[in-house]
Amino acid sequence: MELLKKTATEQHKALINKEVSALELTKASIERIEKLDEKLGAFNSTTFDEAIETAKRVDEKIAKNEQIPFLAGIPTALKDNMNMTGSKTTCSSKILENFVSPYDATITTKLKENLVPILGKANLDEFAMGSSNENSAFKIVRNPYNLNKVPGGSSGGSAASVSASEVTLSLGSDTGGSIRLPASFCGITGFKPTYGRVSRYGLVAFASSLDQIGPFGRSIEDVTHLYEAIAGYDVKDSTSLNLEVGNISANLKKDIKGLKVGVIKELMAEGVADDVKESIENAIKTYEKLGAEIKEISLPLLKHSIGVYYIVATAEASSNLARFDGVRYGYRAQNCENLLDMYCKTRAEGFGPEVKRRIMLGTYALSSGYYDAYYKKAQQLRRLIANDFNKAFESVDILVSPTCPTTAFDLNSKANNPLEMYLTDIATISSNLVGAPALSMPCGFDKDNMPIGLQIIAKNLDEMTLLQSAYALEQELGVYNQRPNI
Amino acid sequence: MITKKDVEHVAKLARLELTEDEKEMFTHQLGDVLAHVEKMNEVDTTGIEPMNHPIDFVNVMREDKKIYENTREELMSNAPDVEGEYFKVPKIN
Amino acid sequence: MSETSTYKDKYEMVIGLEVHAQLKTNSKIFGREGCEFGKDPNTETGTITLGLPGVLPVLNKECVNMGILTGLALHSTIPSRCKFDRKQYFYPDLPKGYQISQYDEPICLGGWVQISNKKIGITRAHLEEDAGKLVHAGAAGLYGSSYSLVDLNRAGTPLLEIVSEPDMRSPEEAREYVETLRNILRYIGVCDGNLEEGSMRADANISIRPIGQKEFGTRAEIKNVNSFRSLVRALEYEFIRQAEILEEGGEVIQETRLWDDNAGITSSMRGKEDAHDYRYFPEPDLMPLEISKEWIEEIRSKMPELPDEKMERYQKAGLSEYDASVIVNQIEMAKYFDELLKTNVDAKTASNFLMGEVAAFLKEEKISIENSKLTVENFAKLLGLLKKGTISNNIAKSLVIDILKTGKDAQELVEEKGLSVISDESSILPIVQKIVNDNPEQVAAYKGGKDKLFGFFVGQAMKETKGRANPQLLNKLLKQELEK
Repeated sequence: MELLKKTATEQHKALINKEVSALELTKASIERIEKLDEKLGAFNSTTFDEAIETAKRVDEKIAKNEQIPFLAGIPTALKDNMNMTGSKTTCSSKILENFVSPYDATITTKLKENLVPILGKANLDEFAMGSSNENSAFKIVRNPYNLNKVPGGSSGGSAASVSASEVTLSLGSDTGGSIRLPASFCGITGFKPTYGRVSRYGLVAFASSLDQIGPFGRSIEDVTHLYEAIAGYDVKDSTSLNLEVGNISANLKKDIKGLKVGVIKELMAEGVADDVKESIENAIKTYEKLGAEIKEISLPLLKHSIGVYYIVATAEASSNLARFDGVRYGYRAQNCENLLDMYCKTRAEGFGPEVKRRIMLGTYALSSGYYDAYYKKAQQLRRLIANDFNKAFESVDILVSPTCPTTAFDLNSKANNPLEMYLTDIATISSNLVGAPALSMPCGFDKDNMPIGLQIIAKNLDEMTLLQSAYALEQELGVYNQRPNI
Repeated sequence: MITKKDVEHVAKLARLELTEDEKEMFTHQLGDVLAHVEKMNEVDTTGIEPMNHPIDFVNVMREDKKIYENTREELMSNAPDVEGEYFKVPKIN
Repeated sequence: MSETSTYKDKYEMVIGLEVHAQLKTNSKIFGREGCEFGKDPNTETGTITLGLPGVLPVLNKECVNMGILTGLALHSTIPSRCKFDRKQYFYPDLPKGYQISQYDEPICLGGWVQISNKKIGITRAHLEEDAGKLVHAGAAGLYGSSYSLVDLNRAGTPLLEIVSEPDMRSPEEAREYVETLRNILRYIGVCDGNLEEGSMRADANISIRPIGQKEFGTRAEIKNVNSFRSLVRALEYEFIRQAEILEEGGEVIQETRLWDDNAGITSSMRGKEDAHDYRYFPEPDLMPLEISKEWIEEIRSKMPELPDEKMERYQKAGLSEYDASVIVNQIEMAKYFDELLKTNVDAKTASNFLMGEVAAFLKEEKISIENSKLTVENFAKLLGLLKKGTISNNIAKSLVIDILKTGKDAQELVEEKGLSVISDESSILPIVQKIVNDNPEQVAAYKGGKDKLFGFFVGQAMKETKGRANPQLLNKLLKQELEK
């Protein structure tokens, strides 16, 4: 079905104009998943029956000429670290392979209220730790533009499923770029809101002070609608912001004349692939053409963000993952001598190498005698980085950079060098450290026809400016209409 | 510099049984990452308040009300081993 | 125990206590379920208490209010800012692999508790969550059991850990400190102070030093003390153990020791749990607390009368220090007494009845005053009849027992049984004359100077009247007849 490849906005119009039924759209999505996913690997599990039930309810409403929510009937996927009652939440880990959730995450509740058919749980790097989705305990995800390349991580399944038109929308979680990086590699739009905008209740925690749920879609308008559906204060999340989300979707089309665009100097320097640099420069020129003022911005502490990130994220992760102990749920090793043996074997057998590596690093950073040198130091430096960003936002409205210095790399090319893999996140992690809203949108292709992503960052809480300026650029560039040949 | 002994100590704290190969690998890889991390020391952070949260607000609390959302059966349905109404674990010593 | 007394001449105990008080809230500190004692295993649980993947803690405001209230009652400072941290270790009763506690910024700092001879300093008090409970199969305790069972009902119950300064010098002082603290916590309504059910638990840090030495010795931490009696016994035992080590030229090791109430000994937990490295760090899932002066004042305005203040008030009302303290130390009795005082009874008389006949009856029947049949109203009526002289003191004493048994109205009982005082001269005089006539020897002796015999005649008359004779009238008539 051609409509499956269109944006959610177009699909919504087709639904309310009765050109297609929600059931037809959902069934088309199911067919495509059944046909494609064996080679793509985007889904860990599917929830087709519930999706069909939801679609039918949407059709009933349409038949009765009732108003439906904007996202009603739009095929959507959840990252498999988000809980939905009665479905598996595996986090792509052996330790949770058979965990069936008894509760709904807040985002799940909100999607249900919006009559969004949820087709399944998308593959990810184990516990969202990774940049290539090669760390899934079950299977790799392939890039829809080139099946020999990675989709990016950690929300690789969420990105690939939207890029390959298996679903129209999906949710990911972003701790250091886990939404933006795969969006960039898969040629779609991925948006990480300000920390606290979307409730984390029901999202299996990786790093609590960095994790944020956000939407994937084929256009700025799509991700804006999905963001509005899931954002807002939640009494179940103490870190959720008790502030108005605002009506952004109704205000997207704004003249950006006079918009002050800061280009992050350090992220346009060496190490950025030529094709990528060219494409980003083209986007900047387009901004200029639209009447924006361009300014170079230096963030001298940015080079430390990886060090800060890998301490803060792993310290929190080592603690968040302590609950996987084989006692109340999840995998338990067999034939254990005693409790200690059970703990050590369960966790050794249940976690993959990257997860273990990060637990080790985080435990080390918090251990007696090292706290001040690593954890405290990192959190102090984090504040200085935040001060840099605040200062930058005194003179510009948005910051732009490549989402990643390169396009999607080949499968297995970095798997054995964790540090090199970590450096992939250089552009994205600082907005997690400071909490700022950021997105990646397609802005071109490299010589091998792999998508290139532009990252835009705004100051905390200013999703409005972020999405308005992204929308203006998107409409001018037109790249968002491209789809992979799969 | 992180040593194999450190790795063993940390693995014990984290309740991870490591093979000899893993110990070697982690000693090496964590060493690389920590060497990178230690570049943080180029920046003087004396007197800087650590940033524990990316957002700044206080006093998030709920009212003292009981709510039961799940039955015991639902909550225990994923348990690897139970006896009667209890979770069961191997002998502690 | 001659050794003990020799050791006591030579060494001094230094004791500090960590008291864990379970806060009397409806729901858990971070989870949403209740935290009632004695429920079926794993029924006071939910997604948060079990630490299911993806759940988040949200702080129960009542716990903070109770923390502030306790701090005020203990003369602590409430810092303007405090936060929560994670204390990390693996154990099956700790669902998340960490306990949410307060490490370096607790809710209460400093303070003191007055015991009879001195003030015991408070170092700090902090909020935290309790762990669950383990049942060990195949053995009486942990050791030798073949497997263990986990009940997480208690996990997430709010606790306030109150840490004292090492200011106590004897088991008796330690006991008095815990009793006083318990009383305060019960009076302000934050904890029911039940040591047996574990709603209040004390860990003791004890070291010894030669008398006169300023430096502290190496301390041992004693856990699993669950009654006042075992606290005293454990400290006595530990004193001798440490003294013996020093006497033999050895060194006390800093360690955690477990009190075994049956065996009456402490034993080392060393080697049985590995060296702790709790890896504290600020809890990222909870925002800090900022406690304003207004908030503190609002809590202060709700502060009930504290035991010390009640003591003072009772003494002013005419009670002896001892009597006042007996009533104050029983919170239900004190509440009852306060109600009684509102009815304008004589405080001293009321306390005599309460501590005498009433207390004896309650003890015998094993019931509490508020569950007895003696209502405040009826008791006040009885005391009123006594005050007016309608009934005698002895009659009142026997009536109070009747009421405790039957709950009958005091006035009705007096009327029904015809127990009112006989104040009619024509009824008493013949009795007096008969007694004088029947006891010529005693009369002679009395007249010979044996004044004490007057009591004999009163007794005889009371016997005849079943205690109903108006005492003043009886005295007057007796004197008149005897002097004839």
